[in-house]
This record gives sequence, structure tokens and C-alpha cells, in this order.
Amino acid sequence: MAKFFAVIIIVIAIASAIPILRHTWGAPEDISTHGALIDEQMSETMAEAGISFLAAQFVLALFIWQYSNRRPDAKIKNFPGGATGLVIAAMLLVGAEVVALGIFGVKAWADVYFTPPSASAIPIQVQAGQFAFYFRYPGPDGTFGPIHPELINEGTQNFYGLDTDHDADAKDDIVTAEMAIPVNKEIHLLMHSKDVGHSFYVRELRVQQDFVPGLDVSLHFTATKIGRYEIVCTQLCGLGHYNMKAYLEVKSQEDFDNWLKKEAAMQ
Amino acid sequence: MHDMSAHAAQHHAPTTFIRKHVFSLDHKVIGKQYYALALLAALIGMFLSWLMRIHLGWTNAAIPGLQLLSKNGAPGGVMTPEYYLQLMTMHGTIMVFFVLTTAPFAAFGNYFLPIQVGAEDMPFPHFNMMSFWVTFVGFWVLVAAFFVSDGPSLGGWTQYAPLSAVGAVGGPGEGTGVVLWAASIGIFCVGQLLGALNFITTTLDLRVKGMSMMRLPLSAWAWFITSCMGLTAFAVLMPACILLILDHVAGTSFFVASNLVINDQLQPHSGGSTLLWQHLFWFFGHPEVYIAIVPGMGIVSHVLIANMRKPMLSHRVLIYSMGALAVLSYMVYGHHMFVSGMNPFSSLAFSFPTLAITIPSTIIVLIWTFSLYGSKLRINSASLFALGFISMFVSGGVSGFFLAQPSIDIMLHATYFVVGHFHLVMGVAAMFGIFAGTYFWFPKMTGRMMNETLGKVHFVLSFIGTYAIFMPFHYLGMAGNVRRYSAFVADYLQPLIPVHQFITVAALITGAAQLVFVYNLIHSRFWGAPASDNPWECTSLEWSTPTTPPPHNNFGDHLPVVYHDPYQYGVKSSTGDYVMQASPEQVATVNEEK
Repeated sequence: MAKFFAVIIIVIAIASAIPILRHTWGAPEDISTHGALIDEQMSETMAEAGISFLAAQFVLALFIWQYSNRRPDAKIKNFPGGATGLVIAAMLLVGAEVVALGIFGVKAWADVYFTPPSASAIPIQVQAGQFAFYFRYPGPDGTFGPIHPELINEGTQNFYGLDTDHDADAKDDIVTAEMAIPVNKEIHLLMHSKDVGHSFYVRELRVQQDFVPGLDVSLHFTATKIGRYEIVCTQLCGLGHYNMKAYLEVKSQEDFDNWLKKEAAMQ
Repeated sequence: MHDMSAHAAQHHAPTTFIRKHVFSLDHKVIGKQYYALALLAALIGMFLSWLMRIHLGWTNAAIPGLQLLSKNGAPGGVMTPEYYLQLMTMHGTIMVFFVLTTAPFAAFGNYFLPIQVGAEDMPFPHFNMMSFWVTFVGFWVLVAAFFVSDGPSLGGWTQYAPLSAVGAVGGPGEGTGVVLWAASIGIFCVGQLLGALNFITTTLDLRVKGMSMMRLPLSAWAWFITSCMGLTAFAVLMPACILLILDHVAGTSFFVASNLVINDQLQPHSGGSTLLWQHLFWFFGHPEVYIAIVPGMGIVSHVLIANMRKPMLSHRVLIYSMGALAVLSYMVYGHHMFVSGMNPFSSLAFSFPTLAITIPSTIIVLIWTFSLYGSKLRINSASLFALGFISMFVSGGVSGFFLAQPSIDIMLHATYFVVGHFHLVMGVAAMFGIFAGTYFWFPKMTGRMMNETLGKVHFVLSFIGTYAIFMPFHYLGMAGNVRRYSAFVADYLQPLIPVHQFITVAALITGAAQLVFVYNLIHSRFWGAPASDNPWECTSLEWSTPTTPPPHNNFGDHLPVVYHDPYQYGVKSSTGDYVMQASPEQVATVNEEK
């Protein structure tokens, strides 16, 4: 039984590692300027965690194989060096790993969160609500009109509660159900929730950020590859959570300009 | 070191059925009551997970008879999206609170902590009885949500505000369902606080003569450390639940911000903080992870030592490491909130202790593993589950490396990677701790042995099965599969559905394997082979009781006196290769740490 169990551990450990080594499942290709650091951090962590995982399972299996059901007269031994050696080893090895991952991780995190968007970043507002995203572009005046929550009405398609009769800034705002951005241009995403918690997750962009009702948060990123990507909600927001999604279209500057013009005409 | 038996609660053995088996003051009966409640809760929780898994594998499939459970939730047996989320919320809540907290801590701790310290009972038996019955009421308040008009809450076991605080307008179950949820958990907290008070006092004040703190078995240490965590963690969750209820019934806005619009209606709330709930919840929630797992660590250490026939490489280092986990567990909770909108500088402040907590965890795993070296390991159902615990704890632990780093969390947050991680490290590992404890202590608790063959079948199926379920969860998460979806409609999720179907089949088989355990438990309780007082040849005080199961006051006419460290195995004594703590026999000791 003991040897059978040891073999099971080894087989499971190897079987678990195979899909990782073969990249059977994993994140899609990165299309952001900041994502490379995150991906690198991920690979480093995978290497360290993977080695720790395999080593721990192998040693466990080895000792189970070796030391189970021994003869009654077999002698009890202690591992050479005892606990002190293990504690020192754990502190040094894991400590070094913690410091390395921690310091390297700061860089990747700082790249996303500690640098302000450049002055030329294109502002786009995204509003999350049960169970859809709506996007808003400020129009030629470059300014978003104020939101009047009491005017929000899905029936009349006033998703943002804009008062175009009285607010001059709101008149040229462009509200869309799909997000389009120009390639290789920095985007400053202003995130607003109208009801409960939601999240904005685009795998290819290496971006995930919660919407906080009552607190507008912002994010900035640059997409480097033209294409159509899915935006999904990752914060449980109610019964339609699974179906809350939108598309991100990364376009050439020219296509983006044309798209925006067309959307403006439809307002 | 104290001889404080005069302070132990002394009460006469009850004579009526009600006082003996229902409203009992005996810590052993209360321990068994907690175990029975946890078993019932685990079976319900597992049944819910089966329903959820079938739905995730085959979303449009009708589950025969499901419409009988909820006509609206499953018309024609096909689960609606909201019913899926309601089952998910109940699964998580039942498992975390009423199984993982209840069984390893309250059930085994109640039964064995007083005996392991050499006490006749807990110091406050009425509080102890109340602790169980309050928990019992809490459980049924939670389950009652199945029977109210729009069913249980759909907000998940974390109940993030403002969805949980806006009332019925948030969705089915977000009105009465949430109030019942918060009331249930608030009541549960009262029960745990009363229990923690008793555990701490028992450990500090009721140790028998000769039982210094360092002579306590590792299981007793684990329960003691856990109760210290419980006292502070549940004391935060309880008021949070009260505030949540007030947001529903008293028109307050603790967790709801101004100007929220739901269903085109401006909500009548203002000034609350969405993130406040997350801070309060996770200040409890992360220690809770260790409340679930530290008792398992103690049980596994205790079981392994008895089966290795030698002590751990260091008793003291294990105790200090468990203590370090407890202290650090309060400093890491923000890692649940890296992408929550919390100040990004806070994320880094929470990331370092989260990474650092791997150091005591690694030390514990290394001590367990390398203590096996040179041992005379006995393979039985209890030791197999203890060894399985180590394997699971490592597998679930290494994925913590990823989630501890904010930058990687951007990719993995709220995906199945997290689900795989916590199920392995606190769910399955803790369950394995419960199983190890059950197979090990069952003879003492019932006077009968469990069937070893069935135990080994149960182990092999559970070990392979849980890996088959939870390893693929990690892969799904790496591919960006978001959790808490009742169906996978996004384009990129379509190719992942076969993986979900594989997991569903594995979950059904592994769940069925647990019925082998239930059969073994019930059959052995009545028809198992009679157990001797010390069938595993152990040293700690629970094996020194004059009868099996122990008498009402645990030790009969005379309290034991402790002469030794808890784990004197691998020695030459008149009884064999061990000497019991309560035996005055002097032998050459091993690894005694002063």
C-alpha cells in the first residue's frame, strides 16, 4: 500500500506538470506595453513554484516508499542536521525567493499603477451596470458632461444620465456599447459603476480592475496589436454576471477615427 | 505548570436522555454533536457542489427531480443562472463555516482538548453547551433561506457590498436571503467566540500537574492557537454582519455609496463605503483560512508522530511556526483586494507579508517531511490521510506564490486558479485533516474500530479524485476562466468546457467515494470490532483514560500526573517502543527539548 501510494504521488506530480510544460492552457498573447513584465514575473514564479512542488512531492513519496512498514528491529534515525538545518534552509531559500519575487513584482506593479497617464492619453470612460458595459468618449470638446444619476434610464437609452439639454459638455459625448481604441496610443480609462461592484478584465491586455461604486478609479494602458478582444466582468454582480461582456476593438488610427465619427453621427 | 483541577467544572453525570445526549454539558458529547452537525453540513455542501458541477459541465441539461427542490430555480430540472449562484453561495458558506471551522476545531477540539490537558471538562460547560446550540441554530437559519420566497442570497460566501446591502432590488435572494445569511453568520460567530473562550481557558488554566505548555501535544497547541485567532477574527465579522443587517432593515448605509442606480431607480442610500465591507470581511476572512487549516496541522502532526514511532524533528519549531502563521494571517488580508480599487501602495504592503507567510508554512512542511526520514512509518487510514494532507497542502500552497503578487493577481484574480488554490489548501487539506482525525480517534470516541480496508479505498479514491478535480482548476484559471459564472458564454471560454466536463465527472466519482466513508462511520459505530484503550500504542493523555470511550469525568477517580514530553516514541520501555505521558516509568528520552 505504501509503495502504491508513493507511486500515485509521483504520477500525479508529473501528470500535473505536463500541461504546464506543454503550455496546453495559458494566457493568450500579450497585446499591451506593460504586459511583458507581468508575463516574465509569471514565468519566474511558475519555475520556482513548479520546482518546489515537484521536489516536495518527490521527497514525500521517497520517504513513504523508504520508511514504511520496516522490520520491527529496524533502527529509528533522525535526518542529519535535524530541524535547525531545515529551518535555516527554509529561511534562506524561501526568504531569497520572497525578496526576489517581491522586488521584481514591485516593478511590474509600479508599471501599471504608479505611473500617471501621459498628458496625451486618450480619455475613455467605462460605466459598468447590471449586466452591461457602456463606454463614453468626450467628443470634440475633450470634456465629459456630468452624470445625473436620477436621469439614468435604460428605456430611453440614457445610460449615463446625461442632460444634453442643459449641459454643454454633454452635448458632444459619444456613448457606445463597444469599446474601440487606436493601436499604440495610450488610453486613460476612467471607471465608474452605476450600481454594484463589477470588474474590467481583458486577458490579452493584462488588465483587471474592479469598479468601486461611489469611487471612480482609473487605469491606463497601451494596446499594441490590432484585433478584437473580449472584455468580461469578473466581480460577481448578480444573476446576469456570467453574461456581462463587451468587445474591445483595437483599430488603426484611421479606422478608429472613422468609427468614432460614425458613432458620433448615431447619437 | 498548574494543578488547577479544582477550577475545572465539575458536574455529575446526567441521568436523563435530554441532559445526556441533547442539552449535555459534557465536552465529549458536545464534540460529537459538533461532528454530527459538520457531517450533515458536509453532505449537504457536497450535494450542492454536485448540482453545480453538473450544471457547469452541461448547462442546459435537466437534472431529474431538481424542480422539486425549487420550482422557480430549476423549472423542468434545468438550473437558472440565479439558482446556480444561490447554490454556490450556500455551498461556500456551509463548507467554510459549518464544516471546515466546525469539524477540526470545534468537534475534535471539544472532545480531545480537555482530555489532552488532563482536565475533567471545560471551565464553562454551560457556555460550551450554548456554543453548540447557537451554532446549530445558526445553521438552520442559513438553510431556512432555501424556503423563503426568492431563495438564498446569490452573492457568494464573501457577500461583497453593495450587492449584498441594497436589498431585493439587487437580485433574487438579495433581500431576505442576505438577512438570513448575515443573521446566521452573526449567530455562528457568537458560538465560536464562546467556544474560543473555553478553549483558551482550558489550555491556560486546566492543565494537570506536570503538563507544562511545552508538554502539550501538537493538536492541543493547534486548537489553542486557533482559538486565539477565532477570538479576534469572529469578533470583527459579527459586528460586520450586524451592520449589513442594519443596511437592510434600518435604512442605514454602512456599505452603500450615494447615487447608485439599480433598475433605473435611484437608491435611497448615501455616504457608505463599498470597500469597508471588504476590509472587515477579509480581516476575518484571512485568519479564517488558518482557523480552518491550523487544527488540521495539529491533528496531522499528532497522527503522524504516532504512526512514525518517533517525534517530529522539532516540537518547538512546529509550535512557533503555527504561531507565526496565526500572527501573520492578520497582516496579509489585503491580498484578497489587490484589484479592488484599494490604494495600490497598500497592495505592496500586503504582498510582502503574504509572501513571507510561506516561510513558516515551508518550515512546517519540511519538518513533517524530513521527520519521516528514518521513521518506522505505519500505513493505515489515519496516516494515509495525514500524508495526503501534506501533499495537498504543498500543492495548494505553491499556488499561493502566484496570488501573493499583485502583478500576477491582475491575471489570476477571480479566476478558477483561485478556486483551485483555496480548495486544495484549505478545503481538501482540512478535510484530509478531519479524516485523519476521524480514523485515528474513532476508537477512543466510540469504543470500536473503523474498517481499515474501506478506509484505504476511501483514501485512494479521494486522493486521486481531488487532484483530478482541483489541478485542472488551476489550468482553467491560467487560461482566464472567470469564477462564479453560471454558464460559459464568452467566446474564449468555449474551448474550456470539455475541461469542466472532465472535472464534473471527477467530482461525481470523488463525491461518491465519500459515501464509503459515511457507510464505514455508521457501520463501525454499531458493528465495528471492539477497540482497546490504546489501539495505536500512543502516548498522550487521551489514551490513558480508564475506559474507552472515556468516563463522564474523563479520568475516573484520579487525575493523571504528567511525567514526560508528549511524544516519547522510539524508546525502550516496559510497554514497547513508547512511554505514555502519564506513566512514571523513566526511560532514556528522545529529542526532549527544554
